[in-house]
Amino acid sequence: MSELKIFSRRDLLRGAGAVGTAALAGTTGAPSTADAAVAAAEPQAAVNASATLTREAFENLTAVEADLLEGIVERLIPSDATGPGAKEARAAHYIDRALGGALASSKPAYTAGLAALDRYAQSSRGKRFLELPDRDKDSLLMDCEGGQATGFTGSSAQFFGMVLGHTRQGMFGDPYYGGNANFVGWDLIGYPGVRTMVTATDQRSLEAGQMKPNHRSAYDFETFNKATAKDDSHDGDHSAHTGDLAHGD
Amino acid sequence: MATRLKDTDVVVIGLGAAGGVAVLPLAQAGLEVIGLEAGGAMTRRDFAPDEIRNNVRGWPMLSSHKTNQEAPTVRATASANAVQGGHPMMNAIGGTSLHYWAQHWRLNPWDFKVKSETTRRYGASRLPKGSTVEDWPFGYDEIEAYYDKIEYELGVSGQAGNVNGKIDPRGNPFEGPRTRDYPMPPLRWTAFHDKMAAAAKSLGWNPFPGPAAINSRSYQNRSGCGYHGYCNTGGCHVDAKNSTAVTTIPRAQATGHFKAVTGATVTQINVDSQGRASGVTYLANGEEFFQPAKAVLVAGFTYENSRLLLLSKSAAFPKGLANNHGQVGRHYFSHHQGAPVTALFPFDLKAWYGLPAQGVAVDNFADDNWDHSKVDFIGGSNLWAMSDRRPISASGMNTFGMAPNWGSQWKAFIKENADRVHSSYIQKTTLPYEDNFLDLDPVVKDPLGLPVIRITAEYKENERKIAEHSQEQMEKWYRAAGAIQIAKAPTGGIMGASTHAYGGTRMGDNPDTNVVNRWGMSHEVPNLGVLGASVMGTSGARNPTHTVQALAWRTADHIVKNWKSIAL
Repeated sequence: MSELKIFSRRDLLRGAGAVGTAALAGTTGAPSTADAAVAAAEPQAAVNASATLTREAFENLTAVEADLLEGIVERLIPSDATGPGAKEARAAHYIDRALGGALASSKPAYTAGLAALDRYAQSSRGKRFLELPDRDKDSLLMDCEGGQATGFTGSSAQFFGMVLGHTRQGMFGDPYYGGNANFVGWDLIGYPGVRTMVTATDQRSLEAGQMKPNHRSAYDFETFNKATAKDDSHDGDHSAHTGDLAHGD
Repeated sequence: MATRLKDTDVVVIGLGAAGGVAVLPLAQAGLEVIGLEAGGAMTRRDFAPDEIRNNVRGWPMLSSHKTNQEAPTVRATASANAVQGGHPMMNAIGGTSLHYWAQHWRLNPWDFKVKSETTRRYGASRLPKGSTVEDWPFGYDEIEAYYDKIEYELGVSGQAGNVNGKIDPRGNPFEGPRTRDYPMPPLRWTAFHDKMAAAAKSLGWNPFPGPAAINSRSYQNRSGCGYHGYCNTGGCHVDAKNSTAVTTIPRAQATGHFKAVTGATVTQINVDSQGRASGVTYLANGEEFFQPAKAVLVAGFTYENSRLLLLSKSAAFPKGLANNHGQVGRHYFSHHQGAPVTALFPFDLKAWYGLPAQGVAVDNFADDNWDHSKVDFIGGSNLWAMSDRRPISASGMNTFGMAPNWGSQWKAFIKENADRVHSSYIQKTTLPYEDNFLDLDPVVKDPLGLPVIRITAEYKENERKIAEHSQEQMEKWYRAAGAIQIAKAPTGGIMGASTHAYGGTRMGDNPDTNVVNRWGMSHEVPNLGVLGASVMGTSGARNPTHTVQALAWRTADHIVKNWKSIAL
């Protein structure tokens, strides 16, 4: 179970050398370093991926669930004229990994919700979700968002809100957790990146539009102890729908 | 059977913002002090700029095993069902002072005399119905020296507005007189802060930089602030946030008279046959210990303080320790710090770096700083325009009805606007009421089988009217700075578990309505003191920690000066 220790990309590359990178290079068209690291962390997964050359192993979701989730996040934050979307950010991989750790308490909701969504696609549109054209996928997701989709445990809006919140985390969170690959999320909204010190000169440079994006994970800075799944697995997800936990201090 | 430990002079329960301060003057006076802390110790290496861990998953706030197991239940009124939710408590050396925003305000003189000043200026009928508000047992003048001590001992940056009665227009003209400047200049402003300050001036207001327990330059051999943007619910990676973990606690340890015990969950304060506190019982590594002490200081979060007293039942105190007058848990309130106004600007704010304690304050509508003759509420709000933006929270921005919440249109909207949105932080006068209180939950228990605290509280008309009024002012301010869209949050209902939680062990001269006396010592148990916002009877329109720490130092001073009579 890889969630017991989340490796930094640096750790992994140091430990695994070029093997992981090579293994992954064969699996996708444009691997990021994060991709390579994830594959390298799981020698077995890397071997499998290398052998089939078709898909990467997910850690917690089944192949059917993973495909469906990929199809959903792709519509929530699409790849389009404004740049890469949640698929390119590997948001589904972020969610998958977290479901074995910090978001473990949400695993049953994913299993049940994804199945319910596909059943609802069949019953309302006559096809499985992934077989629908984008327009129908979107209208179906709008049904879920509005709570009108039937067949869900609880409200479909609750499931939708959870997936949307986690997708944003996978798009805009630190790449250390497996999403925001190649910093596509941070680049989209113009976040200039993690720094440990921002001087008055740096701030003026930002204000003048001259600050260059810093493409680094927090854990690329050697000064910090690595987060472990143990740290953040106490009670799952407290803020997928509401943003930060508390306002004010 | 609990293992009886060696006697000590003072045992302090909780080494956070309050207990972590009190141990220093006690130890410096040569008293033998033991601090019991349920959490562990953290260092700057633990404080990575990691939004997922710090903000989304609630770390380090929720890494506290003790408090996680005793999250309060909450209900608006006594007829509603109380439900367990989240909580803002943290167990660690330094407690919540590790990751708080560190806005370090003194209360204003009016906050100590809400009842008498309102009566004098507008008549007693203007006191909100059902409010149990009392004047503090002393005024601002009494606590000024302790505010000053905290500012210099811990390190507070800011711009003075009133030094010995001389008004400095760069600071807050409404603040109480201070004897000297802050030890450090204020945190810097960005171009957006300059714009907001200019807009406030154009409205005839008096903008100024707020005070922060954060180094604006190197202080006491600790670094100045790095403005890196992960201060909100994050510890400081350069020790520029002046938590008790990097200021008073190490200095107390250096005296040789103070020992911190970590991983200690206190379950009971014990009393002797005379009804005096004899020490405390705690659990550590599954074993039970009894720590005898001549004096006991309760210094947990507001919820922990009332809970521990209520749990400490004995023959002398059948309703809980120091509760024979039935006042423990009364006069509870959560600060009204919600109901923000959010604004959209037609230009980038360049707000990706900075911290919530860095910003522009306006006090023109706070406290009784303006004539309330023509409004139907008392008190007011501090308006605060700060820096606080991180990528995930930015992606959750209000879309002002201009875009859906997902899809290509949304993506284009946040690409354009993620750095164009600003949300205000507005703290409002909040009062205690008869029917807002804490007690032990009759059903929900922690894994030890001990009941959790139950909050029964809601904002009343006075707080909601302040919220409405403050939102109008905030909208004016944003519009003057060029905002093109405004959204206002609802003005408030249920009082949830809050970072600013007050009361439950209120301070006052009258034992029929207060748990502790003017020195923070129990009216009923002479060698028991209480530290924290649980002793505060009014909130003011600003963060409580500075007042909590000034009071903690003052109670410790009182114990030192009266040690012979307190220790017997």
